[in-house]
Amino acid sequence: MVSFLSFRHGVHPPDEKELTAKLASRRMPFPKEVVLPLSQHLGAPAKSIVRVGDRVERGDLIAEATAAISAPVHSSVSGVVQEIGFWPHPSGAQTPAIRIEVAPYSPQVPRPRLVPDWQTLETKDISEAIRRAGIVGLGGAAFPAAAKMTPPKENPIDVLLVNGCECEPYLTADHRMMVEQPARVFFGIRILLKALGIRRARIGVEANKPDALAALSAACPSDLEVSVHALPVKYPQGAEKMLIKALTDREVPSGKLPSSIGVLVQNVTTVAMIGEVFETGLPLIERIVTVSGRGISKPGNWIIPFGTKIRDILEVCGGLTSDAQEVVLGGPMMGLAQGNLDTPILKGTGGVLALTRAECKTKNTYPCIRCGHCLEACPIFLNPQMLGNLAKAERYEEMLDYHLNDCMLCGCCSYVCPSNIPLSQLFLVSKTYLRKNPPRKS
Amino acid sequence: MTPTPHSQPIQVMAAPHFKGPDSTPQIMWSVVASLCPVIAASIYFFGPSALLVILASCAGAIVTEWAFVRSGPRTLFDGSGMITGVLLGLTLPPGFPLWMAFVGGAFGIGFGKMIFGGLGQNIFNPALLGRAFLQAAFPVAITTWSASGEAWAGSWWHLRGDNFALPLMSPHVVDTLTGATPLGFMKFEHTATSNLDLLLGSVNGSIGETSGLVILVSGAYLAWKNFLNWRIPASIFLSVAGIASVLHAIDAARYPSPIFMLFSGGLMLGAVFMATDMVTSPVTNRGCWIFGIGIGFLVVSIRIWGGLSEGVMYAILLMNALVPFINRITQPRVFGTSVKVRSL
Repeated sequence: MVSFLSFRHGVHPPDEKELTAKLASRRMPFPKEVVLPLSQHLGAPAKSIVRVGDRVERGDLIAEATAAISAPVHSSVSGVVQEIGFWPHPSGAQTPAIRIEVAPYSPQVPRPRLVPDWQTLETKDISEAIRRAGIVGLGGAAFPAAAKMTPPKENPIDVLLVNGCECEPYLTADHRMMVEQPARVFFGIRILLKALGIRRARIGVEANKPDALAALSAACPSDLEVSVHALPVKYPQGAEKMLIKALTDREVPSGKLPSSIGVLVQNVTTVAMIGEVFETGLPLIERIVTVSGRGISKPGNWIIPFGTKIRDILEVCGGLTSDAQEVVLGGPMMGLAQGNLDTPILKGTGGVLALTRAECKTKNTYPCIRCGHCLEACPIFLNPQMLGNLAKAERYEEMLDYHLNDCMLCGCCSYVCPSNIPLSQLFLVSKTYLRKNPPRKS
Repeated sequence: MTPTPHSQPIQVMAAPHFKGPDSTPQIMWSVVASLCPVIAASIYFFGPSALLVILASCAGAIVTEWAFVRSGPRTLFDGSGMITGVLLGLTLPPGFPLWMAFVGGAFGIGFGKMIFGGLGQNIFNPALLGRAFLQAAFPVAITTWSASGEAWAGSWWHLRGDNFALPLMSPHVVDTLTGATPLGFMKFEHTATSNLDLLLGSVNGSIGETSGLVILVSGAYLAWKNFLNWRIPASIFLSVAGIASVLHAIDAARYPSPIFMLFSGGLMLGAVFMATDMVTSPVTNRGCWIFGIGIGFLVVSIRIWGGLSEGVMYAILLMNALVPFINRITQPRVFGTSVKVRSL
């Protein structure tokens, strides 16, 4: 049936998952206050509907979606709105956010909710329920989940792919979700399949998670056409295009979306959260986050409400060690280093990492020696060596001829470069420049 | 809203926060280390002269590099100049005057590398450019091959030529035993050399042209570490062996056997250590095949139909010049371009 099960190129960073892979997820104590940015997703920021002094319960809507590609924000705690203003965002910018002081001694119980009955709902209503619950892609990109479910009519979707690869080193949040709540994953799959009107789903999991594979296989319902696949351990196996290649042997055409080849990909935690919406009625307000790295005293997997500040998370986990050098939100390959520990975690944050000097391996930069290792690593088959030269010369428009737009900034080229040239950083700069200064069509 | 400052200094860098294990100086010094067995074999066959010549060309290379990088980027200790020096020394005859080797190293680094902009910018292999310069400047000295092996039995520590000739003076060759290289024998006297001698290196020739076996083992180590692209030596060997077999089958008396072609002269050293220089070889794998096949074709052509008995140096330099063109025509197919949708 499936013959391919992987993609070509890619890299093999040390996976470092043994720090937290066996640690069951625990609920983190509620912090004193949370800060919920209005932009926790790709697309238009949400619009606040609360005022300073308002009392909100856990799960209440506090900001509503403003466009087709947008997502509402719900309060992750019961408390009182203190301030609506600018606050540091993981991206590095100051963005509008709602600061909520957590009510002391509150049992933090959400209001009773109406649970939508998925069996009687139409496709449209299921995706509306998902949209209203504020579900976004929890693998990191935070693309609104419901927006993916309304593909253009000329390309019907024929298979749902569930991404359980978690190819970023250190991260074990998806891993714990699969081990601890496989039934919820399959419930989410059932709802998505009904909404899409299809029967087939495939779950891809990297082979370094045998317990997750076993748990999923054991919980796999027999009435669905769902199969669980162990994929080779290789970064970036969990990138959307690479997963599609591995599980269906289809290539997403350059510049197109997966829906153009009849595929819908959702992260496994996203799917489980969709399941939760139709189980408890609760919107997306918290998730499993891996707190790891050798710069942290006590690594672990924690259920953390969104908006919890990095500082509070580090405190619960024993604080930074003396040789900690970098604090990263996300994985070490694509995550964002944080300079301000008051930055809150967002919906898409799967990991909080504190990396030591030894782990970062800070090195000197040398001239490009044209070794070609970056070409061997790029999963998209770009020529990072040429793109890097063009970027350094600020010849950004020529980079488009070398398919800069297909680069997904996975960081494989930077990882292998023996001269330590910051290739993916150069490409990020180039992409940003071209977005702000679009080339004139001649 | 003013967030409280944090107490511990932390660093903010762009992703990825992980780095792979390789570094450029490590690659360069690994190549130098893998050349050590080759140097040891050449000392075994050619005595202290071999070491002296290699040291002289290294000194020329390093001093020149130092002169250029005093105020520029600190590339003196990245090992790349050392590789040029050692490789150049290995292509010279053991009895070569040291001052000429020094000049060759200086020329290779100065005109082969630094004037292009230093490490990573050069078009031609600096060691081979240095040798090409020496071949043009000192045609007699560079073709004076001292004999190896039994000819020096009992006097291993003797110099193999007038190594200490004064600058700008012709070296005198009176006291030394000389002999033609296997390729010279083949080309000008039509006599072959035993394959075992070729394999082990007990033949006349340049310092590093002797032991094909040692070079292959060192090259295999580098290929295993991914510090050289195995496609380049493989394609050179295949194309040389292929063309030589056809010619040998046509007229065995006139054209040498493929084994002889592979293990004689500088082919092993050139294919494993010089053509694979990362800076001057193609970046794409398909390009490496084209590059290697081109070298193999040129080597056989020059050796059989050209005026020189040896053609590895010019073959590699000519193909170096074509590398930008090869890179351009062998760009990989970008993921998601020209695809058709498969059904499940």
